[in-house]
Amino acid sequence: MSSGVLQGIGTILAMTAFISICVWAYSAKNKKSFEEAAQLPFLDEEQGKKNHE
Amino acid sequence: MISETASSEPPQYNTKVIKQFAIMTVVWGIVGMLVGVIIAAQLVWPELNVGPYLHFGRLRPLHTNAVIFAFGGSALFACSYHVVQRTCNAPLVSNSLAAFTFWAWQLIIVSAAITLPMGLTSAKEYAELEWPIDILIAIVWVVYGIVFFGTIMKRKVKHIYVANWFFGAYIIAVAMLHIINSLAIPVSLFKSYSIYPGTIDAMVQWWYGHNAVGFFLTAGFLGMMYYFVPKQAERPVYSYRLSIVHFWALIAIYIWAGPHHLHYSALPDWAQSLGMVMSLLLLAPSWGGMINGIMTLSGAWHKLRTDPTLRFLVVSLSFYGMSTFEGPMMAIKTVNALSHNTDWTIGHVHSGALGWVAMVSIGCLYHLIPRLYGQTKMYSERLINMHFWMSTIGTVLYIASMWVNGIAQGLMWRAFNSDGTLTYSFAESVEASYPGYLVRFIGGGIFFCGMLLMAYNVWRTVNTDSESASTSEGAAINV
Repeated sequence: MSSGVLQGIGTILAMTAFISICVWAYSAKNKKSFEEAAQLPFLDEEQGKKNHE
Repeated sequence: MISETASSEPPQYNTKVIKQFAIMTVVWGIVGMLVGVIIAAQLVWPELNVGPYLHFGRLRPLHTNAVIFAFGGSALFACSYHVVQRTCNAPLVSNSLAAFTFWAWQLIIVSAAITLPMGLTSAKEYAELEWPIDILIAIVWVVYGIVFFGTIMKRKVKHIYVANWFFGAYIIAVAMLHIINSLAIPVSLFKSYSIYPGTIDAMVQWWYGHNAVGFFLTAGFLGMMYYFVPKQAERPVYSYRLSIVHFWALIAIYIWAGPHHLHYSALPDWAQSLGMVMSLLLLAPSWGGMINGIMTLSGAWHKLRTDPTLRFLVVSLSFYGMSTFEGPMMAIKTVNALSHNTDWTIGHVHSGALGWVAMVSIGCLYHLIPRLYGQTKMYSERLINMHFWMSTIGTVLYIASMWVNGIAQGLMWRAFNSDGTLTYSFAESVEASYPGYLVRFIGGGIFFCGMLLMAYNVWRTVNTDSESASTSEGAAINV
Protein backbone atom coordinates (compact mmCIF):
# COMPACT_ATOMS: atom_id res chain seq x y z
CA MET A 1 0.00 0.00 0.00
CA SER A 2 1.40 3.37 -0.95
CA SER A 3 1.84 6.10 1.65
CA GLY A 4 -0.72 8.18 -0.27
CA VAL A 5 -3.44 5.54 0.24
CA LEU A 6 -2.48 5.24 3.92
CA GLN A 7 -2.74 9.00 4.36
CA GLY A 8 -6.13 8.91 2.65
CA ILE A 9 -7.39 6.20 5.01
CA GLY A 10 -6.02 8.14 7.98
CA THR A 11 -7.80 11.30 6.87
CA ILE A 12 -11.11 9.50 6.39
CA LEU A 13 -10.83 7.79 9.79
CA ALA A 14 -10.08 11.08 11.56
CA MET A 15 -12.90 12.84 9.75
CA THR A 16 -15.38 10.07 10.56
CA ALA A 17 -14.36 10.18 14.22
CA PHE A 18 -14.78 13.96 14.36
CA ILE A 19 -18.19 13.91 12.65
CA SER A 20 -19.40 11.05 14.89
CA ILE A 21 -18.40 12.99 18.00
CA CYS A 22 -20.25 16.08 16.74
CA VAL A 23 -23.36 14.05 15.90
CA TRP A 24 -23.26 12.34 19.30
CA ALA A 25 -22.71 15.61 21.19
CA TYR A 26 -25.45 17.51 19.37
CA SER A 27 -28.08 14.76 18.97
CA ALA A 28 -31.46 15.64 20.46
CA LYS A 29 -31.47 12.31 22.27
CA ASN A 30 -28.53 13.32 24.48
CA LYS A 31 -29.64 16.89 25.14
CA LYS A 32 -31.22 16.23 28.52
CA SER A 33 -28.36 14.07 29.75
CA PHE A 34 -25.75 16.72 28.90
CA GLU A 35 -27.79 19.47 30.52
CA GLU A 36 -27.85 17.34 33.63
CA ALA A 37 -24.08 16.89 33.50
CA ALA A 38 -23.58 20.65 33.12
CA GLN A 39 -25.20 21.12 36.56
CA LEU A 40 -22.62 18.95 38.35
CA PRO A 41 -20.47 21.84 39.64
CA PHE A 42 -23.49 23.03 41.65
CA LEU A 43 -24.15 19.65 43.23
CA ASP A 44 -22.45 20.58 46.51
CA GLU A 45 -24.44 23.84 46.78
CA GLU A 46 -27.71 21.94 46.39
CA GLN A 47 -26.66 19.58 49.15
CA GLY A 48 -25.60 22.51 51.33
CA LYS A 49 -29.03 24.10 50.95
CA LYS A 50 -30.79 20.85 51.79
CA ASN A 51 -28.75 20.46 54.94
CA HIS A 52 -29.74 23.89 56.15
CA GLU A 53 -33.42 23.29 55.56
CA MET B 1 -32.60 16.78 38.96
CA ILE B 2 -29.29 15.76 40.43
CA SER B 3 -30.70 14.82 43.80
CA GLU B 4 -32.24 11.76 42.17
CA THR B 5 -28.84 10.35 41.41
CA ALA B 6 -26.98 11.59 44.46
CA SER B 7 -27.61 11.28 48.17
CA SER B 8 -28.40 14.57 49.85
CA GLU B 9 -25.76 14.07 52.56
CA PRO B 10 -22.42 15.40 51.30
CA PRO B 11 -19.54 12.97 51.88
CA GLN B 12 -16.54 13.81 54.07
CA TYR B 13 -14.29 15.36 51.46
CA ASN B 14 -10.53 15.36 51.89
CA THR B 15 -9.74 19.08 52.13
CA LYS B 16 -6.38 18.71 53.86
CA VAL B 17 -4.39 17.77 50.77
CA ILE B 18 -6.13 20.51 48.78
CA LYS B 19 -5.24 23.10 51.41
CA GLN B 20 -1.62 21.94 51.37
CA PHE B 21 -1.32 22.13 47.59
CA ALA B 22 -3.20 25.45 47.43
CA ILE B 23 -0.88 27.14 49.93
CA MET B 24 2.20 25.69 48.23
CA THR B 25 0.93 27.03 44.89
CA VAL B 26 1.27 30.55 46.30
CA VAL B 27 4.66 29.79 47.88
CA TRP B 28 6.16 28.20 44.75
CA GLY B 29 4.60 30.89 42.58
CA ILE B 30 6.53 33.50 44.53
CA VAL B 31 9.77 31.48 44.47
CA GLY B 32 9.54 30.60 40.77
CA MET B 33 8.62 34.11 39.66
CA LEU B 34 11.35 35.64 41.85
CA VAL B 35 13.91 33.47 40.03
CA GLY B 36 12.31 34.68 36.78
CA VAL B 37 12.75 38.31 37.80
CA ILE B 38 16.37 37.59 38.78
CA ILE B 39 17.25 36.06 35.41
CA ALA B 40 15.44 38.90 33.63
CA ALA B 41 17.67 41.29 35.62
CA GLN B 42 20.75 39.26 34.64
CA LEU B 43 19.97 39.93 30.98
CA VAL B 44 19.76 43.68 31.66
CA TRP B 45 22.77 43.81 34.01
CA PRO B 46 25.11 40.94 33.05
CA GLU B 47 27.33 41.58 36.09
CA LEU B 48 24.55 39.95 38.18
CA ASN B 49 25.68 36.57 36.82
CA VAL B 50 27.68 35.46 39.85
CA GLY B 51 29.55 32.28 40.69
CA PRO B 52 29.06 28.96 39.02
CA TYR B 53 25.76 28.31 40.84
CA LEU B 54 23.75 31.44 40.17
CA HIS B 55 24.42 32.39 36.59
CA PHE B 56 21.72 32.56 33.95
CA GLY B 57 22.39 29.13 32.46
CA ARG B 58 21.69 27.34 35.74
CA LEU B 59 18.94 29.59 37.08
CA ARG B 60 16.90 29.54 33.89
CA PRO B 61 15.90 25.84 34.13
CA LEU B 62 15.28 26.42 37.84
CA HIS B 63 12.82 29.18 36.89
CA THR B 64 11.00 27.10 34.26
CA ASN B 65 10.79 24.01 36.48
CA ALA B 66 9.63 26.05 39.48
CA VAL B 67 6.85 27.92 37.69
CA ILE B 68 5.64 24.99 35.55
CA PHE B 69 5.93 22.02 37.89
CA ALA B 70 6.02 23.60 41.37
CA PHE B 71 3.57 26.49 40.91
CA GLY B 72 1.46 25.12 38.04
CA GLY B 73 1.74 21.54 39.28
CA SER B 74 0.58 22.40 42.80
CA ALA B 75 -2.35 24.40 41.37
CA LEU B 76 -3.31 21.41 39.22
CA PHE B 77 -3.09 18.95 42.12
CA ALA B 78 -5.16 21.22 44.38
CA CYS B 79 -7.84 21.95 41.81
CA SER B 80 -8.10 18.44 40.37
CA TYR B 81 -8.46 16.91 43.86
CA HIS B 82 -11.12 19.50 44.70
CA VAL B 83 -13.06 19.21 41.45
CA VAL B 84 -13.01 15.43 41.25
CA GLN B 85 -14.43 15.10 44.77
CA ARG B 86 -17.11 17.75 44.36
CA THR B 87 -18.35 16.71 40.93
CA CYS B 88 -18.24 12.98 41.70
CA ASN B 89 -19.89 13.46 45.10
CA ALA B 90 -17.25 11.14 46.54
CA PRO B 91 -14.23 11.62 48.80
CA LEU B 92 -10.74 10.79 47.47
CA VAL B 93 -10.25 7.07 47.15
CA SER B 94 -7.26 7.12 49.49
CA ASN B 95 -6.14 9.87 51.86
CA SER B 96 -2.74 8.30 52.43
CA LEU B 97 -1.97 8.04 48.72
CA ALA B 98 -3.09 11.65 48.28
CA ALA B 99 -0.77 12.69 51.13
CA PHE B 100 2.03 10.73 49.44
CA THR B 101 1.56 12.73 46.22
CA PHE B 102 1.83 15.97 48.20
CA TRP B 103 4.99 15.16 50.15
CA ALA B 104 6.74 13.37 47.27
CA TRP B 105 5.93 16.25 44.90
CA GLN B 106 7.47 18.71 47.37
CA LEU B 107 10.53 16.46 47.65
CA ILE B 108 10.88 16.49 43.85
CA ILE B 109 10.69 20.30 43.82
CA VAL B 110 13.33 20.63 46.53
CA SER B 111 15.59 18.14 44.69
CA ALA B 112 15.20 20.24 41.53
CA ALA B 113 16.08 23.40 43.45
CA ILE B 114 19.28 21.75 44.68
CA THR B 115 20.44 19.85 41.58
CA LEU B 116 19.76 22.46 38.89
CA PRO B 117 22.01 25.23 40.36
CA MET B 118 24.66 22.51 40.83
CA GLY B 119 24.58 22.05 37.07
CA LEU B 120 23.15 18.51 37.19
CA THR B 121 20.95 18.37 34.12
CA SER B 122 19.98 16.06 31.29
CA ALA B 123 19.80 19.21 29.10
CA LYS B 124 16.30 18.42 27.83
CA GLU B 125 14.10 21.50 28.01
CA TYR B 126 11.41 21.26 30.72
CA ALA B 127 12.79 17.77 31.47
CA GLU B 128 16.20 18.76 32.86
CA LEU B 129 16.02 16.72 36.05
CA GLU B 130 18.36 13.73 36.25
CA TRP B 131 17.23 10.12 36.25
CA PRO B 132 16.73 9.42 40.01
CA ILE B 133 14.34 12.40 40.22
CA ASP B 134 12.67 11.33 36.96
CA ILE B 135 11.90 7.93 38.48
CA LEU B 136 10.33 9.58 41.54
CA ILE B 137 8.22 11.81 39.25
CA ALA B 138 6.96 8.72 37.41
CA ILE B 139 6.01 7.03 40.70
CA VAL B 140 4.18 10.11 42.00
CA TRP B 141 2.36 10.45 38.72
CA VAL B 142 1.14 6.86 38.74
CA VAL B 143 -0.10 7.30 42.33
CA TYR B 144 -1.80 10.57 41.29
CA GLY B 145 -3.56 8.62 38.53
CA ILE B 146 -4.69 5.96 41.01
CA VAL B 147 -6.12 8.59 43.38
CA PHE B 148 -7.84 10.53 40.60
CA PHE B 149 -9.29 7.65 38.58
CA GLY B 150 -10.05 5.67 41.74
CA THR B 151 -12.19 8.57 42.92
CA ILE B 152 -13.95 8.75 39.57
CA MET B 153 -14.71 5.03 39.77
CA LYS B 154 -16.27 5.57 43.20
CA ARG B 155 -18.48 8.43 42.01
CA LYS B 156 -22.06 8.68 43.25
CA VAL B 157 -23.33 10.43 40.12
CA LYS B 158 -23.92 9.08 36.64
CA HIS B 159 -21.89 11.55 34.61
CA ILE B 160 -18.19 12.28 34.62
CA TYR B 161 -18.13 16.09 34.49
CA VAL B 162 -16.17 17.54 31.55
CA ALA B 163 -13.53 19.09 33.84
CA ASN B 164 -12.60 15.57 34.94
CA TRP B 165 -12.17 14.50 31.30
CA PHE B 166 -9.59 17.23 30.87
CA PHE B 167 -7.85 16.35 34.16
CA GLY B 168 -7.89 12.67 33.20
CA ALA B 169 -6.37 13.34 29.78
CA TYR B 170 -3.70 15.53 31.36
CA ILE B 171 -2.74 12.86 33.91
CA ILE B 172 -2.54 10.05 31.34
CA ALA B 173 -0.73 12.11 28.69
CA VAL B 174 1.83 13.53 31.13
CA ALA B 175 2.65 10.02 32.40
CA MET B 176 3.19 8.83 28.83
CA LEU B 177 5.22 11.91 27.79
CA HIS B 178 7.39 11.95 30.89
CA ILE B 179 8.26 8.27 30.80
CA ILE B 180 9.00 8.07 27.08
CA ASN B 181 11.02 11.29 26.92
CA SER B 182 13.01 10.52 30.06
CA LEU B 183 14.20 7.07 28.95
CA ALA B 184 17.96 7.24 29.49
CA ILE B 185 21.00 5.16 30.29
CA PRO B 186 22.53 6.19 33.64
CA VAL B 187 26.32 6.32 33.75
CA SER B 188 26.49 7.52 37.36
CA LEU B 189 24.11 8.61 40.10
CA PHE B 190 23.80 12.10 38.60
CA LYS B 191 24.49 11.58 34.92
CA SER B 192 22.55 9.83 32.20
CA TYR B 193 22.33 9.88 28.42
CA SER B 194 19.13 9.77 26.40
CA ILE B 195 18.48 6.44 24.68
CA TYR B 196 17.49 8.29 21.47
CA PRO B 197 20.07 9.38 18.91
CA GLY B 198 20.38 12.77 17.18
CA THR B 199 17.33 14.01 15.33
CA ILE B 200 15.12 11.32 16.86
CA ASP B 201 16.10 12.62 20.30
CA ALA B 202 15.14 16.14 19.20
CA MET B 203 11.79 14.94 17.89
CA VAL B 204 10.98 12.95 21.05
CA GLN B 205 12.05 15.95 23.15
CA TRP B 206 9.73 18.37 21.33
CA TRP B 207 6.91 15.85 21.15
CA TYR B 208 7.29 15.93 24.95
CA GLY B 209 7.97 19.66 25.14
CA HIS B 210 4.99 20.81 23.15
CA ASN B 211 2.67 18.41 24.90
CA ALA B 212 3.94 19.61 28.26
CA VAL B 213 2.36 22.82 27.01
CA GLY B 214 -0.64 21.03 25.51
CA PHE B 215 -1.54 18.68 28.33
CA PHE B 216 0.16 20.00 31.47
CA LEU B 217 -0.34 23.72 30.82
CA THR B 218 -3.49 23.56 28.69
CA ALA B 219 -5.69 20.49 29.23
CA GLY B 220 -5.18 20.56 33.01
CA PHE B 221 -5.92 24.27 33.27
CA LEU B 222 -8.92 23.92 30.96
CA GLY B 223 -10.22 21.41 33.50
CA MET B 224 -9.89 24.12 36.12
CA MET B 225 -11.63 26.60 33.80
CA TYR B 226 -14.60 24.29 33.18
CA TYR B 227 -15.27 24.04 36.90
CA PHE B 228 -14.28 27.39 38.37
CA VAL B 229 -15.68 29.72 35.69
CA PRO B 230 -19.22 28.29 36.03
CA LYS B 231 -18.79 28.25 39.80
CA GLN B 232 -17.66 31.86 40.08
CA ALA B 233 -20.19 33.08 37.48
CA GLU B 234 -22.90 31.01 39.22
CA ARG B 235 -24.21 29.56 35.97
CA PRO B 236 -23.49 26.35 34.02
CA VAL B 237 -20.99 26.34 31.18
CA TYR B 238 -22.24 28.06 27.98
CA SER B 239 -22.45 24.83 25.98
CA TYR B 240 -21.75 21.44 27.48
CA ARG B 241 -21.99 19.91 24.01
CA LEU B 242 -19.32 22.25 22.68
CA SER B 243 -17.13 21.23 25.61
CA ILE B 244 -17.30 17.60 24.44
CA VAL B 245 -16.27 18.46 20.89
CA HIS B 246 -13.63 20.80 22.36
CA PHE B 247 -12.18 17.99 24.47
CA TRP B 248 -11.85 15.36 21.76
CA ALA B 249 -10.63 17.77 19.10
CA LEU B 250 -8.03 19.32 21.41
CA ILE B 251 -6.49 16.08 22.65
CA ALA B 252 -6.55 14.50 19.19
CA ILE B 253 -4.68 17.37 17.53
CA TYR B 254 -2.27 18.63 20.20
CA ILE B 255 -0.15 15.49 20.22
CA TRP B 256 0.99 16.11 16.60
CA ALA B 257 2.11 19.74 16.89
CA GLY B 258 5.60 19.20 18.36
CA PRO B 259 7.65 19.34 15.11
CA HIS B 260 6.99 23.09 14.78
CA HIS B 261 9.79 23.50 17.35
CA LEU B 262 12.18 22.00 14.79
CA HIS B 263 11.44 24.01 11.64
CA TYR B 264 14.43 24.28 9.29
CA SER B 265 16.32 21.67 11.32
CA ALA B 266 17.58 18.19 10.33
CA LEU B 267 14.03 16.87 10.90
CA PRO B 268 12.56 15.59 7.59
CA ASP B 269 10.53 18.24 5.75
CA TRP B 270 7.32 16.20 5.77
CA ALA B 271 7.43 16.00 9.57
CA GLN B 272 7.96 19.77 9.81
CA SER B 273 5.01 20.38 7.50
CA LEU B 274 2.83 17.93 9.45
CA GLY B 275 3.67 19.80 12.65
CA MET B 276 2.83 23.11 11.00
CA VAL B 277 -0.55 21.93 9.67
CA MET B 278 -1.53 20.32 12.98
CA SER B 279 -0.55 23.52 14.80
CA LEU B 280 -2.77 25.58 12.50
CA LEU B 281 -5.67 23.17 13.07
CA LEU B 282 -5.25 23.66 16.82
CA LEU B 283 -6.66 27.15 16.50
CA ALA B 284 -10.18 25.70 16.12
CA PRO B 285 -10.47 23.67 19.34
CA SER B 286 -8.49 26.27 21.30
CA TRP B 287 -10.86 29.04 20.35
CA GLY B 288 -13.87 26.74 20.81
CA GLY B 289 -12.83 26.28 24.41
CA MET B 290 -12.07 29.94 24.95
CA ILE B 291 -15.45 31.00 23.53
CA ASN B 292 -17.19 28.38 25.66
CA GLY B 293 -15.52 29.77 28.79
CA ILE B 294 -16.11 33.44 28.07
CA MET B 295 -19.70 32.95 26.85
CA THR B 296 -20.51 31.27 30.16
CA LEU B 297 -20.83 34.86 31.36
CA SER B 298 -23.46 35.71 28.77
CA GLY B 299 -26.29 37.36 30.64
CA ALA B 300 -24.02 38.00 33.62
CA TRP B 301 -21.47 40.40 32.17
CA HIS B 302 -22.26 42.92 34.92
CA LYS B 303 -20.54 40.60 37.39
CA LEU B 304 -17.22 41.55 35.84
CA ARG B 305 -17.65 45.08 37.20
CA THR B 306 -17.84 43.95 40.80
CA ASP B 307 -16.03 40.63 40.94
CA PRO B 308 -12.22 40.80 40.48
CA THR B 309 -11.90 36.99 40.81
CA LEU B 310 -14.17 36.53 37.81
CA ARG B 311 -12.13 39.19 36.01
CA PHE B 312 -8.99 37.10 36.58
CA LEU B 313 -10.71 34.08 35.03
CA VAL B 314 -12.13 35.91 32.03
CA VAL B 315 -8.97 37.88 31.24
CA SER B 316 -6.97 34.64 31.51
CA LEU B 317 -9.24 33.22 28.81
CA SER B 318 -8.61 36.29 26.66
CA PHE B 319 -4.86 35.78 26.98
CA TYR B 320 -5.44 32.10 26.18
CA GLY B 321 -7.26 33.09 23.01
CA MET B 322 -4.52 35.52 22.10
CA SER B 323 -1.65 33.11 22.61
CA THR B 324 -3.45 30.24 20.86
CA PHE B 325 -3.87 32.54 17.86
CA GLU B 326 -0.24 33.63 18.01
CA GLY B 327 1.04 30.03 18.37
CA PRO B 328 -0.41 28.67 15.11
CA MET B 329 0.80 31.80 13.30
CA MET B 330 4.33 31.28 14.62
CA ALA B 331 4.17 27.61 13.56
CA ILE B 332 3.87 28.65 9.89
CA LYS B 333 7.31 27.99 8.45
CA THR B 334 7.74 31.40 6.83
CA VAL B 335 6.73 33.24 10.01
CA ASN B 336 8.92 30.91 12.03
CA ALA B 337 11.86 31.85 9.81
CA LEU B 338 11.57 35.30 11.40
CA SER B 339 10.58 34.34 14.93
CA HIS B 340 12.69 31.26 15.64
CA ASN B 341 15.33 31.64 18.38
CA THR B 342 14.25 35.25 19.02
CA ASP B 343 12.63 36.79 22.09
CA TRP B 344 9.28 36.58 20.29
CA THR B 345 9.17 32.92 21.39
CA ILE B 346 9.82 33.94 25.01
CA GLY B 347 7.04 36.53 24.72
CA HIS B 348 4.64 33.94 23.28
CA VAL B 349 5.40 31.47 26.07
CA HIS B 350 4.76 34.13 28.70
CA SER B 351 1.51 35.33 27.19
CA GLY B 352 0.43 31.74 27.80
CA ALA B 353 2.28 31.25 31.08
CA LEU B 354 1.52 34.56 32.81
CA GLY B 355 -1.67 35.57 31.01
CA TRP B 356 -3.34 32.18 30.86
CA VAL B 357 -1.82 29.63 33.26
CA ALA B 358 -0.89 31.95 36.13
CA MET B 359 -3.97 34.17 35.92
CA VAL B 360 -6.45 31.30 35.68
CA SER B 361 -4.71 29.59 38.63
CA ILE B 362 -4.82 32.79 40.68
CA GLY B 363 -8.52 33.23 39.88
CA CYS B 364 -9.27 29.62 40.86
CA LEU B 365 -7.32 30.01 44.12
CA TYR B 366 -9.21 33.19 45.03
CA HIS B 367 -12.38 31.15 44.63
CA LEU B 368 -11.06 28.04 46.33
CA ILE B 369 -9.04 29.25 49.33
CA PRO B 370 -11.82 31.01 51.27
CA ARG B 371 -14.06 27.97 50.76
CA LEU B 372 -11.37 25.58 51.96
CA TYR B 373 -11.00 27.59 55.16
CA GLY B 374 -14.69 28.02 55.87
CA GLN B 375 -14.94 31.61 54.66
CA THR B 376 -17.30 33.02 52.06
CA LYS B 377 -14.73 35.29 50.45
CA MET B 378 -11.11 36.40 50.56
CA TYR B 379 -9.93 38.79 53.28
CA SER B 380 -9.77 41.73 50.86
CA GLU B 381 -11.53 42.16 47.50
CA ARG B 382 -9.59 45.40 46.98
CA LEU B 383 -6.29 43.53 47.12
CA ILE B 384 -7.61 41.01 44.56
CA ASN B 385 -8.50 43.91 42.31
CA MET B 386 -5.04 45.45 42.70
CA HIS B 387 -3.48 42.06 42.04
CA PHE B 388 -5.60 41.74 38.91
CA TRP B 389 -4.34 45.02 37.47
CA MET B 390 -0.74 44.30 38.40
CA SER B 391 -0.93 40.89 36.68
CA THR B 392 -2.54 42.33 33.57
CA ILE B 393 -0.17 45.29 33.24
CA GLY B 394 2.85 43.10 34.06
CA THR B 395 1.88 40.55 31.39
CA VAL B 396 1.22 43.20 28.74
CA LEU B 397 4.57 44.91 29.38
CA TYR B 398 6.30 41.54 29.24
CA ILE B 399 4.82 40.33 25.97
CA ALA B 400 4.90 43.70 24.18
CA SER B 401 8.61 44.17 24.94
CA MET B 402 9.38 40.66 23.73
CA TRP B 403 7.43 41.20 20.49
CA VAL B 404 9.48 44.29 19.78
CA ASN B 405 12.74 42.54 20.67
CA GLY B 406 11.87 39.38 18.77
CA ILE B 407 10.94 41.11 15.54
CA ALA B 408 13.95 43.43 15.78
CA GLN B 409 16.28 40.47 16.33
CA GLY B 410 14.70 38.44 13.52
CA LEU B 411 14.99 41.32 11.05
CA MET B 412 18.56 42.17 12.06
CA TRP B 413 19.77 38.57 11.77
CA ARG B 414 18.37 38.18 8.26
CA ALA B 415 19.54 41.55 6.89
CA PHE B 416 22.13 41.26 4.14
CA ASN B 417 24.26 43.83 2.35
CA SER B 418 24.30 43.88 -1.46
CA ASP B 419 27.61 41.96 -1.45
CA GLY B 420 26.04 39.14 0.60
CA THR B 421 27.66 39.95 3.94
CA LEU B 422 25.58 40.32 7.11
CA THR B 423 24.46 43.88 7.86
CA TYR B 424 24.60 43.41 11.62
CA SER B 425 26.82 41.43 13.95
CA PHE B 426 25.06 39.32 16.60
CA ALA B 427 26.28 41.66 19.33
CA GLU B 428 24.52 44.56 17.64
CA SER B 429 21.19 42.71 17.94
CA VAL B 430 21.93 42.13 21.63
CA GLU B 431 22.55 45.82 22.09
CA ALA B 432 19.28 46.63 20.32
CA SER B 433 17.49 44.30 22.78
CA TYR B 434 18.54 46.19 25.92
CA PRO B 435 15.51 48.51 26.23
CA GLY B 436 13.19 45.51 25.76
CA TYR B 437 15.01 43.55 28.44
CA LEU B 438 14.53 46.42 30.88
CA VAL B 439 10.79 46.68 30.12
CA ARG B 440 10.48 42.89 30.49
CA PHE B 441 12.23 43.08 33.88
CA ILE B 442 9.79 45.79 35.00
CA GLY B 443 6.73 43.88 33.70
CA GLY B 444 7.85 40.65 35.34
CA GLY B 445 8.63 42.55 38.54
CA ILE B 446 5.12 44.01 38.65
CA PHE B 447 3.61 40.55 38.12
CA PHE B 448 5.82 39.19 40.90
CA CYS B 449 4.78 41.96 43.33
CA GLY B 450 1.15 41.05 42.64
CA MET B 451 1.93 37.57 43.97
CA LEU B 452 3.16 39.13 47.21
CA LEU B 453 -0.21 40.88 47.61
CA MET B 454 -1.86 37.50 47.05
CA ALA B 455 0.31 35.88 49.72
CA TYR B 456 -0.72 38.55 52.25
CA ASN B 457 -4.39 38.24 51.28
CA VAL B 458 -4.24 34.44 51.55
CA TRP B 459 -2.43 34.65 54.89
CA ARG B 460 -5.11 36.94 56.33
CA THR B 461 -7.92 34.75 54.95
CA VAL B 462 -6.41 31.57 56.35
CA ASN B 463 -5.74 33.23 59.71
CA THR B 464 -9.32 34.42 60.09
CA ASP B 465 -10.13 30.74 60.05
CA SER B 466 -8.13 29.89 63.15
CA GLU B 467 -10.13 32.45 65.15
CA SER B 468 -13.45 30.83 64.27
CA ALA B 469 -12.29 27.33 63.42
CA SER B 470 -14.93 25.55 65.46
CA THR B 471 -17.84 26.95 63.45
CA SER B 472 -16.23 26.91 60.04
CA GLU B 473 -15.49 23.20 59.74
CA GLY B 474 -19.06 22.25 58.89
CA ALA B 475 -19.49 25.20 56.58
CA ALA B 476 -16.43 24.20 54.59
CA ILE B 477 -18.15 21.03 53.56
CA ASN B 478 -21.36 22.72 52.57
CA VAL B 479 -20.22 25.51 50.29
